[in-house]
Amino acid sequence: MSRKKTEKEYQKSFAYYFFRWLNGEKDEYLGEVEITPKEPYRETEEEKRARIRGKRAIFLRLYGAKKTRAVRAFELFYKAASVVFCGILICLLLLTVSYLPPTGAADKPVNNEVSERYIENGLQETGAVNIVSGMILDYRAFDTLGESHVLFIATITVLILLRLDKKKNDGAGITAEQAELNDAVYEPKSDTILQTAAFILVPVIMIFGLYVILNGHLGPGGGFSGGAIIGAGLILYLNAFGFEKTERFFTEKTYKWVSFGALSFYCLAKSYSFYTGANHLENIIPKGTPGAILSSGLILPLNIAVGLVVACTMYAFYVLFRKGGF
Amino acid sequence: MGANLWVNYGEAVAAVLFGIGFGNLLLQKNLIKKIIGLNIMDSAVYLFLAEKGYIEGRAAPIVVNGVQEAAAYINPIPSGLVLTGIVVSVSVSALMLSLTIRLYRRYHTLDLDQISLMIKREGR
Amino acid sequence: MDFVCNIPFISILLSLFSGTICSVLPGRAAKWVNTAVIVSVGIMSAILLVYVNGTQESFVYMMGHFPAPWGNEIRAGVLEAGMALFFCMIMLLCMWGGRKKLDEEVEESKHNLYYILVNLILSSLLALIYTNDLFTAYVFVEINTIAACGLIMIRQIGRTLEAAVRYMIMSLVGSGLLLIGICMLYDLTGHLLMSNIQEAVAQILEEGTYTVPLVITMALMVTGLAIKSALFPFHAWLPDAYGYSTISSAAILSSLVSKGYIFLLIKIIYRVFGFSVFHDSHIINVLFVFGLAAMIFGSLSAIKESDIRRMIAFSSVAQIGYIYMGIGLGTKVGMIASIYHIIGHAAGKALLFIAVIGLTDASGFSRSFFDLDGAAYRNKIAGIGFTVGALSMVGVPMFAGFVSKLLFAQAAVNNVGKLMPTMIVLAVSTILNAIYFMKTVIRIYTPAENTEFAVIPLKREKLYGVAVVLFVILNITLGMLSQPVVDMIRSGLEMFA
Repeated sequence: MSRKKTEKEYQKSFAYYFFRWLNGEKDEYLGEVEITPKEPYRETEEEKRARIRGKRAIFLRLYGAKKTRAVRAFELFYKAASVVFCGILICLLLLTVSYLPPTGAADKPVNNEVSERYIENGLQETGAVNIVSGMILDYRAFDTLGESHVLFIATITVLILLRLDKKKNDGAGITAEQAELNDAVYEPKSDTILQTAAFILVPVIMIFGLYVILNGHLGPGGGFSGGAIIGAGLILYLNAFGFEKTERFFTEKTYKWVSFGALSFYCLAKSYSFYTGANHLENIIPKGTPGAILSSGLILPLNIAVGLVVACTMYAFYVLFRKGGF
Repeated sequence: MGANLWVNYGEAVAAVLFGIGFGNLLLQKNLIKKIIGLNIMDSAVYLFLAEKGYIEGRAAPIVVNGVQEAAAYINPIPSGLVLTGIVVSVSVSALMLSLTIRLYRRYHTLDLDQISLMIKREGR
Repeated sequence: MDFVCNIPFISILLSLFSGTICSVLPGRAAKWVNTAVIVSVGIMSAILLVYVNGTQESFVYMMGHFPAPWGNEIRAGVLEAGMALFFCMIMLLCMWGGRKKLDEEVEESKHNLYYILVNLILSSLLALIYTNDLFTAYVFVEINTIAACGLIMIRQIGRTLEAAVRYMIMSLVGSGLLLIGICMLYDLTGHLLMSNIQEAVAQILEEGTYTVPLVITMALMVTGLAIKSALFPFHAWLPDAYGYSTISSAAILSSLVSKGYIFLLIKIIYRVFGFSVFHDSHIINVLFVFGLAAMIFGSLSAIKESDIRRMIAFSSVAQIGYIYMGIGLGTKVGMIASIYHIIGHAAGKALLFIAVIGLTDASGFSRSFFDLDGAAYRNKIAGIGFTVGALSMVGVPMFAGFVSKLLFAQAAVNNVGKLMPTMIVLAVSTILNAIYFMKTVIRIYTPAENTEFAVIPLKREKLYGVAVVLFVILNITLGMLSQPVVDMIRSGLEMFA
């Protein structure tokens, strides 16, 4: 038994539009494209005076403050000191560079037993074909753990600064409603070109991002780069279709729980491997055959976790900068 | 003066860029330009590190066809360090930009000195 | 390996993880998580301290399955464990003392974010204390910087936002120098692990191939860390940041964050370059001169200040000068004195900040001196706390400040060339300290006639009172029982080398 639709629902459905278009009842472009040219805007004398007055008031407010002599002297001193400091710094760095071992040579101090072991035994010890992935997520994983927390703490500070309270003006100089109104200027109003482009591009971008993340241990790529690609795809989607569409699958709650889940998985997984490593216990996570997609132990799940965190962070930065909320 | 300045021209460029970024960070009054200076400085460090990892005639450190000799690939460590540097720089830029947005909303200027003057006149 | 050796790893990861957990908790729950984490890390550090004191040997802990030059490593000795314990104590008391103010000044919805910042500061401080790897140190220095910026601007008024921008600019300059220094050092030695770098540095000096770049690299790293810890000409951001942020932030920033960088610097001096290499370079003299300048100019600015919190902030500039002067003396005793001063100053300055907020609250939230008359009678516990802190800063016997000044003087005696300037500046700076601190103490104990400000009874602020009392006890203990602490520092420094 098929579900019956009301007249109203039917009028919204794809089939209704499709048949109307087929019967030639509806012009696709009517109302979408503006045809009548607009009258050029003419400023009246009064408006012009008001504008100049306002500009002058702003100017006075900005630059009206008098600088005392001490302030001027300090500024001059600061400038001179900074220039001298930078000059000395450049000279010192060039001097150092002139003594450093030559670029491109194979017998530099850098190319020692450390990088040798990464290259020669990396595949067996970490299971990752991409040696850099193996290095940052297995040999030197503690650095990378810190690194993802740098990203986390940066989001927290941006949240503190830019998240707007729904109800009251909390000293940010702007309420959530005002921000919403300001932002409405940038909301797309059925921009056909952008929407069509996004419709084609966003799936491709997403799939490419997923490929980069999932392939991080086999080739160039990894969580950070793939996450940034997915974040860019989300931002493009948002720009084309507006907050109304993205709110359906990405809200502040989504951000909170996804990044919490990914980061805590990261923390716990790495704690396990640090603990077993330091206490010389057996690591029970299988390495798999190098080159297969399900291989290299923890690196693949860690890449996915990092990718999730980075994608969410990029998207969160964008929406917070734009209107202070998801 | 050492002998390797011309051989190390990549590092020399990085050093000059670092100084330029440093100067921008200290001297520019406009906050956005300060942030651009910061980014130039960070990019100089990436260039420096990339030059450090490079070995003439060797491939990127991704094992191809089972070749696992140290003589076949460049040094993977600097690449990892660059990655960390990029993430740190993204985070710091985001933080600085959001601080700038807040200050701009309140004082309607990007000039840090003007902002300090206005804050002093607020008298709080 | 004993299970106790896992403590450094557990404390770093626990505080890091608690930051993530707090992001999904409401403010009240985050508060409890924060307290629990600080307390448990403190208890674990105490156990570790006892253990390491018993074995008298430092140990390294592999972070992963790969040994020294390939994987990350952390390292713990007496000094590290002691510092971790001490930092936890100070942080807990700062949070208790500033809790009421935090509730007033920060919106309810952002409380859990504040606790995330504090947890991550704790974890980055622990990582800076324990790390044995330069690049790990850089990553955690960045976490520390960003979280500290968050602490400054969590109270969102114009002053703090501007201070946060200035703080970030100075910090980024510092971290840029540190990063390029680390990269150059990596190029010269081929290692990122402290112990391996030290071997390579010794080899370089023997061969004499890269002496010039090595010295410049050392200069870059030392300058970077000095800028980050607000050594004298780079302190422009400090008064506003300490003077206007919410009080627990100010106390944590002044007593812990800048000390974390200084501790890393000492670690780099000992474990990366080696004390004798550092001693023979001229960088040590530069640090000495800037330290002396900071002692004088910081105190002079503090005397001129009419805002009590900014006055204490300027006093921090002077005290950081003491620490750098001790490092610059270039003797073992000087280094011990510096580390003792890190501890003593952290305890004293945190107490001062916490006490001041009680005094200003009892004077109608005014921070200028004219309203402070008789504030110590209106809020008795804060008055006692301020007096103890001030006496400790001035260097009156029985308090922590006296011991560190005595140690500085002893260290100067060993170094004939720097004896005279050290003694003179130490004396002048003590007098200047006495002027502005005693002026304040006398003012808060001058009975005010017909004042309109009400007395704040002790019963209303139990947690605050407990924090101040514990701080007072901590300061007096450090002053009276200084010998065990000094012995601990000495054996810790021996383990460093």
